[in-house]
Amino acid sequence: MAENILTPEEIIKRGELVFKKTKLMTDNELSYCPGCGHGVAHRITMEVIEELGLEEKTIGVAPVGCSVLAYEFMNVDMQEAAHGRAPAVATGIKRVYPDKTVFTYQGDGDLAAIGTAETLHACNRGENITIIFINNGIYGMTGGQMAPTTLPGMKSSTSPYGRDINMMGHPLKITELIAMLPGTVYVTRQAVHKPGLVRKAKKAIKKAFELQQENKGTTFVEIVSNCNSGWKMTPVDANNWLDKHMLDYYPLGDLKG
Amino acid sequence: MEDVKLMKGNEAVAEAAIRAGVDAYFGYPITPQSEVIEYLMAEEPHKRTGMVVLQAESELAAINMVYGAAACGKKVMTSSSSPGISLKQEGISYIAGSELPCLIVDVVRGGPGLGTIQPSQADYFQMVKGGGHGDYRLIVLAPSTVQEMADFVELGFELAFKYRNPALILSDGVIGQMMEKVVLPPQKERLGDEEIDKRYGSWATTGKKNGRERNIITSLELKPERQEAHNLHLQAKYKEISEKEVRLEKINCENPDYLFVAYGSSARICQKAIQLAEEKGIKAGLLRPITLWPFPSKEINKLAEQVKGILVVEMSAGQMVEDVKLAVNGKVKVEHFGRFGGMVHSPDEVLEALETKIIGG
Repeated sequence: MAENILTPEEIIKRGELVFKKTKLMTDNELSYCPGCGHGVAHRITMEVIEELGLEEKTIGVAPVGCSVLAYEFMNVDMQEAAHGRAPAVATGIKRVYPDKTVFTYQGDGDLAAIGTAETLHACNRGENITIIFINNGIYGMTGGQMAPTTLPGMKSSTSPYGRDINMMGHPLKITELIAMLPGTVYVTRQAVHKPGLVRKAKKAIKKAFELQQENKGTTFVEIVSNCNSGWKMTPVDANNWLDKHMLDYYPLGDLKG
Repeated sequence: MEDVKLMKGNEAVAEAAIRAGVDAYFGYPITPQSEVIEYLMAEEPHKRTGMVVLQAESELAAINMVYGAAACGKKVMTSSSSPGISLKQEGISYIAGSELPCLIVDVVRGGPGLGTIQPSQADYFQMVKGGGHGDYRLIVLAPSTVQEMADFVELGFELAFKYRNPALILSDGVIGQMMEKVVLPPQKERLGDEEIDKRYGSWATTGKKNGRERNIITSLELKPERQEAHNLHLQAKYKEISEKEVRLEKINCENPDYLFVAYGSSARICQKAIQLAEEKGIKAGLLRPITLWPFPSKEINKLAEQVKGILVVEMSAGQMVEDVKLAVNGKVKVEHFGRFGGMVHSPDEVLEALETKIIGG
């Protein structure tokens, strides 16, 4: 069987297409750190939009955080939003354009700290939007500060001796809260640091966008991700740490729907 | 036949919004302007015109819903009162920075802090001078009647779309709550989605149809050179608005000895004070800025050459008076008078202030 596996050189020589970047990702160089999960999360989100034929009716919202520049990479109509306010912005879009496909792409500080009210209320109203929630347990863009989802004992620049839950409170499992709200129709937790998980996450994102087309309510996809820069680890170590610690506190799988 | 109704200022804004073909209103209750959203909810404009009305979870959320919908090229508005407007300032700065058209209504109450629910004009600084972060301007319209509350809805949207800039109706608890006769405008059709694409397709996020490039709404620019260039573009726009859009009313200004400068309900109190002054043989006139930004500096400067003194009357500790002094530039004495913290001055008090601070001062 081994002789049937092609080397990269042979693939190029034979001109067989095994992977093609979706046209809904621009050619701009990603601003994310090498090893960061954002790039994969961006790509599979855009692949889903292309595969479902939603390119001409999609409006995305990216609020403050590392992904505030998502509009540089996602080749659909995009709005940048203030920190935490993306679900309110998306509500405004969806209410005046109920037939468009609207999604937000938010980090944990944005969604689970400063934007908690906007997130919970948009989900509780059952806005027909899709929320992609990147949870890497840290504020990446501002330089590695403690996030609402930072694990107990985890070090950050504002918890340099580790998160002390007596002083700093507990990591917030906001996805569990959101799953309890009657306005949500599909709530799931995924990851993208292994090929198998990427495929599952893409399937989940696809389901979320499909349900949005049926106007069934809010769809919510958490992606537990890494931040090797903020965590001060190599990409490989960060992925191993994610696997061992983050997934222990934030177990993968569907919470609803 | 004219469509005349007896209405509160807040109700007039709401009805005028439906008739202006507004696509969406996002609000949060606060006294003394809750009648705006109450009226809209009771009227069910989705049945009349398809207009969306939504009660948000906070003023923060409401202004960001406005941002999202305005970025789609839709005709969108919100309303609030002073403490609620303070919360909206973040979103207003983003809307101004992203150059989105929308209408905001502020029915001002006394402050600072939770203050009082009684009328005030102490939001002049926060609305005319900015309020949120960064160098930006709102087009500020100051109604002094219920009729103007209704009329300024369409005017506000007209200016907002003309310049892609947020417009504001700066009212107060008196105008918002009092009832007057109002001639309502005829019903305008809401724009269809195709018409919106035609008019605003070059910038609005409506989905990138027919192979057009994606549209991006943002106020972010990490490169300072480009952010400065964007600011210069904004300043050029503001200069054009300053030159073209000043609106004011002059009452008794043919040959006055003294001049009141006042807006909104204070201007109406000054009109009564002018009558009382006349009875005493004092010739006083009134310049009423209708646009607080752009401010009628030139006209005030011109009148300053004709009068012996100017009294600025406002329900605040003295805010607009700073702009009047800048406009007058030392040509003539300028003083401030006003009750504040929810108190409203009487015409007698205004006349007395003219006599003591300007004529005898």
